[in-house]
Amino acid sequence: MPECSVIDAVREALREEMRRDPTVFIMGEDVGQRGGVFLATQGFLEEFGRSRVIDTPLAEAAIMGIALGAAFRGLRPISEIQFSDFIWPSVNQLIGEAARVSYGTNGALRVPVVIRVPYGGGIRGGLFHSQNVEAYFFHTPGLKVVAPSTPYDAKGLLKSAIRDNNPVVFLEHKKTYRLVRGEVPDEDYTIPLGVADVKRAGRNITVVSYGLMLHYCLEAAEQVALDGIDVEVVDLRTLKPLDKETVLESVRKTGKLLIVHEDNITGGVGAEVAALVADEAFEYLDGPITRLCGPDVPTMPFAQSLEDAYMPNTERIAEALRKQSAY
Amino acid sequence: MARKRTDRAKGTGGASTAVKTDLGLPDGLTIDDLVGCFTEMILVRTLDERIWALNRQGKVPIAASCQGHEAAQLGSLLAAKKDGKCFLFPYYRDLALKMCAGLTPTQVMMSFMGKEGEPYSNGRQFPLQGADLAHNVIQISNVVAAGLTQAVGYALACRMLGDDTVVLTYFGDGASSQGETHEAMNFAAVHQLPVLFICENNRYAISVPQRYQMAIADVSTRADGYGFRGVTVDGMDLVQCYEATSEAIKHARQQGPVLLEMKVERLMPHTTDDDDLRYRPRAEIEEARKRDPVVTLAALLIDQGALTQERVDEIKEQARDAIDEATDAADAAGQPDVSTLHDLVYAP
Ligand SMILES: Cc1ncc(C[n+]2csc(CCOP(=O)(O)OP(=O)(O)O)c2C)c(N)n1
Ligand SMILES: [Mg+2]
Repeated sequence: MPECSVIDAVREALREEMRRDPTVFIMGEDVGQRGGVFLATQGFLEEFGRSRVIDTPLAEAAIMGIALGAAFRGLRPISEIQFSDFIWPSVNQLIGEAARVSYGTNGALRVPVVIRVPYGGGIRGGLFHSQNVEAYFFHTPGLKVVAPSTPYDAKGLLKSAIRDNNPVVFLEHKKTYRLVRGEVPDEDYTIPLGVADVKRAGRNITVVSYGLMLHYCLEAAEQVALDGIDVEVVDLRTLKPLDKETVLESVRKTGKLLIVHEDNITGGVGAEVAALVADEAFEYLDGPITRLCGPDVPTMPFAQSLEDAYMPNTERIAEALRKQSAY
Repeated sequence: MARKRTDRAKGTGGASTAVKTDLGLPDGLTIDDLVGCFTEMILVRTLDERIWALNRQGKVPIAASCQGHEAAQLGSLLAAKKDGKCFLFPYYRDLALKMCAGLTPTQVMMSFMGKEGEPYSNGRQFPLQGADLAHNVIQISNVVAAGLTQAVGYALACRMLGDDTVVLTYFGDGASSQGETHEAMNFAAVHQLPVLFICENNRYAISVPQRYQMAIADVSTRADGYGFRGVTVDGMDLVQCYEATSEAIKHARQQGPVLLEMKVERLMPHTTDDDDLRYRPRAEIEEARKRDPVVTLAALLIDQGALTQERVDEIKEQARDAIDEATDAADAAGQPDVSTLHDLVYAP
């Protein structure tokens, strides 16, 4: 199996789906001639032409609203938001409209739209090129939210998202784009939405994470393994719908839970996972449910010192694991 | 280029026999069409008035009236129907448009009462909001101007699929201030999409008059800034609205977007929850009522010999019967079963 990066996997998934289904098309800022600012659509204009690879005006509400309208006519648009930090102008269309279409038309209309969103920090992006935006969409019935961590998952999940009949916010962590490499088969495969993946099996503590942080969790698990702490790492992969069963099954086995994410701690995905486990696996717990998350400041700042202070990292995760293990 | 129309262009008449022929109806429009529109208008008006009564009785939680907007809505709808390949993205005030697109009075009444089986959302949304795909209508939400980019996207998809449908999207003068209105018009212009942006300008956004909403007299002049055609017509004159829409549909199909402004009067408060005397002089409303399209169209058709006063009374009588029947039927209909609360949050 050939090895590739996350961005390569994203590009291949898009290309294969565009070839497979003529109703799929791409729109966004700089996606055509330039191939996207991260080169996710490099070469697409040449292969698929201007009508299926649309360089839009710089207007996110239009990018989203037009995707909705095109979906109503039976197409399967993929909208690229250049950076997560610029998704806010489109939120009326996404949370206000798209999420309510199926319910609000009693199923007469559906929204098979994928919104690709490069997100996340640790790349010196400052307040407006680092944001974690998942909690807002995670809260919204009618949306699906996907946040892969590896090239294999990114490709399989993106294909499923494109084939899904609902609006899917597809979050691609920018720092993983070129940093994370992995094997990806050439043949067509999909990974169902809503299914988490145990990335490392273990007996003592469950760690639940996703995106870039998942890799730090795996590193931390190796570190504490030297101290005899056997950690199970669950990659949520899809945030919404949340794979409750995989999380609960793991916690029932280990009796301990640490949740790690880069997004702000308050009202984040981790809070929901904690509530879930408290509700449904309370009697299996041998220690407090713990969260290691981004602090409640607007986003990781630009200065190296402050960005480092914001980001959860391998050392902090290892420390949190040792604390958990002491219970 | 924006151009202003104040008088009706004279076309070759399609008037049927036994009526005066000095009306100069535009191409393709017959006096029978006008009688048909008048009959629909009376039916809608009767229903509209009944809804206010039902609201006061606690049977209809909320309603936005179309009184005063009927000529604009039914004139443009007639043009769309005659064209035969149009798709509509209306807004909440388009009761006449949505009803006459093909619904029965009972279906409309059921929608106002939120009853099981109403055609737009099965009782999940405000009246006549959701989708009526059987009649080519989509209105997802109450959020003003949110339908405009969706309409543009629909037109884009039609073009990609080789379908020459023209999309008509409707909005108020208030909605014209929204950023999404700009984004929709600009995108449509760049791609020369077949979209008619129809602004029903009643000079009020709830209580805020036009002079505090914009610094221009005619919304249609904004079309210049996008590089497409802008037209203003008297929205109280059904023939003008029909003719301008017909022309605009043809233009849109060949050459791209048109911004068509129809100057109308809002004859009622903003909704059943509003008291317009808090912000609108009574004299202004009384003045507006003199131009009520129901009154002026009746006078025109009687003057032309197409209708008599007796026939007009008969039409009103029939409308009352139909709305009585619709009210009873809707009142008797059941509400959606509570077991459906969780259904269709996601599409299968
Ligand atoms: C984005 C948004 N803001 C506020 C409202 C509340 N609201 C409903 S209608 C309305 C006035 C709209 O006026 P206009 O567009 O002129 O339409 P009209 O009611 O006069 O037909 C307002 C403020 C809304 N529906 N959507
Ligand atoms: Mg208005």
